Amino acid sequence: MKRVGVLGLQGAYAKHAAVLQRLDIQSIDVRSRNDLDKCEGLIIPGGESTTMTKLIEENDLYDAIIQFAEENPIFGTCAGMILMATHVEDDRVKTLNLIDITVDRNAYGRQVDSFVNELDVRTDGESFTMRCVFIRAPRIAELGDGVEVLASIDDEPVLVRQGHHLAAAFHPELTSETRIHSYFLTLKREMSIA
Amino acid sequence: MEKGSFEVKVGLAEMLKGGVIMDVTTAEQAKIAEDAGAVSVMALERIPADIRADGGIARMSSPQVINEIQENVSIPVMAKCRIGHFAEAQILESLGVDFVDESEVLTPADEHNHIDKHAFKVPFVCGCRDLGEALRRIGEGAAMIRTKGEAGSGNIVEAVRHMRQVQKDIRSLTVLSEDELMARSKELGAPYSLVKQVAKLGKLPVPNFAAGGIATPADSSLMMQLGAETVFVGSGIFKSEDPPARAKAIVSAITHFDDPAKLAEVSYGLQTAMKGLDMAEIPEDQRMQERGW
Repeated sequence: MKRVGVLGLQGAYAKHAAVLQRLDIQSIDVRSRNDLDKCEGLIIPGGESTTMTKLIEENDLYDAIIQFAEENPIFGTCAGMILMATHVEDDRVKTLNLIDITVDRNAYGRQVDSFVNELDVRTDGESFTMRCVFIRAPRIAELGDGVEVLASIDDEPVLVRQGHHLAAAFHPELTSETRIHSYFLTLKREMSIA
Repeated sequence: MEKGSFEVKVGLAEMLKGGVIMDVTTAEQAKIAEDAGAVSVMALERIPADIRADGGIARMSSPQVINEIQENVSIPVMAKCRIGHFAEAQILESLGVDFVDESEVLTPADEHNHIDKHAFKVPFVCGCRDLGEALRRIGEGAAMIRTKGEAGSGNIVEAVRHMRQVQKDIRSLTVLSEDELMARSKELGAPYSLVKQVAKLGKLPVPNFAAGGIATPADSSLMMQLGAETVFVGSGIFKSEDPPARAKAIVSAITHFDDPAKLAEVSYGLQTAMKGLDMAEIPEDQRMQERGW
């Protein structure tokens, strides 16, 4: 069986791999095009989007991820969400244009403003409440047509899906939570059936 | 909504893994660090090699410099305060720095007590030379640990000694039986609850980074292979002949720490690293690692 990749250039990639392991899914750290070929889904973890931009380019992964995304689902958390956006007001970051959102970096403030909140999440057939950890989190400022909102704080979306791609402003990998990752894996299955 | 909890503090440390935290003294250096791919910058008044050379009292950076750095980069900004100097830490928190390093590189303000880090919303990182010291700092509320090494030396030998010691201490805990842990806790001088936790996890409950003497991509790889989750680079960048190129090479070296061919590639063409000091050239009473307990 092919494996789910976790972009292993910088950031909390080991935490995502640990969640996948709890779900009995094999994961692989992706650091090259070659690694990507072995996967049928990719998680882009939290970390610093400026650092990851440089490392994506340096390791020749920018076009490779965009091409991979046509056939395979991608899930980005925090910095990963920033990288998946169509637009970010910061030329230090080069986005992959995978989900039609405009994102502001560090929009909730500095680290002393980082927070944990209980949120209601609605996926296809299911709805549940979970603890969500936001670390120097990005904010979704604009939402394109065809982007589905799965969770919000007040009226601001923090978990969105477009087609087979998923993005979260928070970090499900930092809690004991596995439901968001499980949901991401169903996007994978829908794809392979189609 | 909860802010400033231990979970949120450790969360930021998790995000910094596999990135390089670079010492900077000006906004201009901070910009060079960010452009090279640093995951965070550490603001301090003088870099460790200069503190060592100039002597005098080393204190927290000025609020003006910290503000300038914050305005010029988008990555997290850390700053150092003196061991036990909780007033400096309070000022740094009010400036909105993202992490405070209660650091042996600055002149200690209190020879008996470290800061009560639970009392702050801002997370703290502290240095250690062995597991007991790491767990005392975590007990006080540190959300990240770094091995001390010997700052400003450009010599990796102390960083290696401290990382090996911490890893060895952890491994030896995991083979003890439950009824041996209290005695071990007494020997380590570490909180029993944390000793039990480490014995069970086989690792520290917070990220463990390396610092003090890292000067080359190979040094970075060495520390990662010994178990560091990333590195702090102080004097090694801005005391070298080509700071931007060296900074970029160390960033790549951390990502590819277990790929020697890639490490050779990123090291290719770098100019001379900082000169550095043999430990015999640093009298024992001038070793920064001896500060704090």
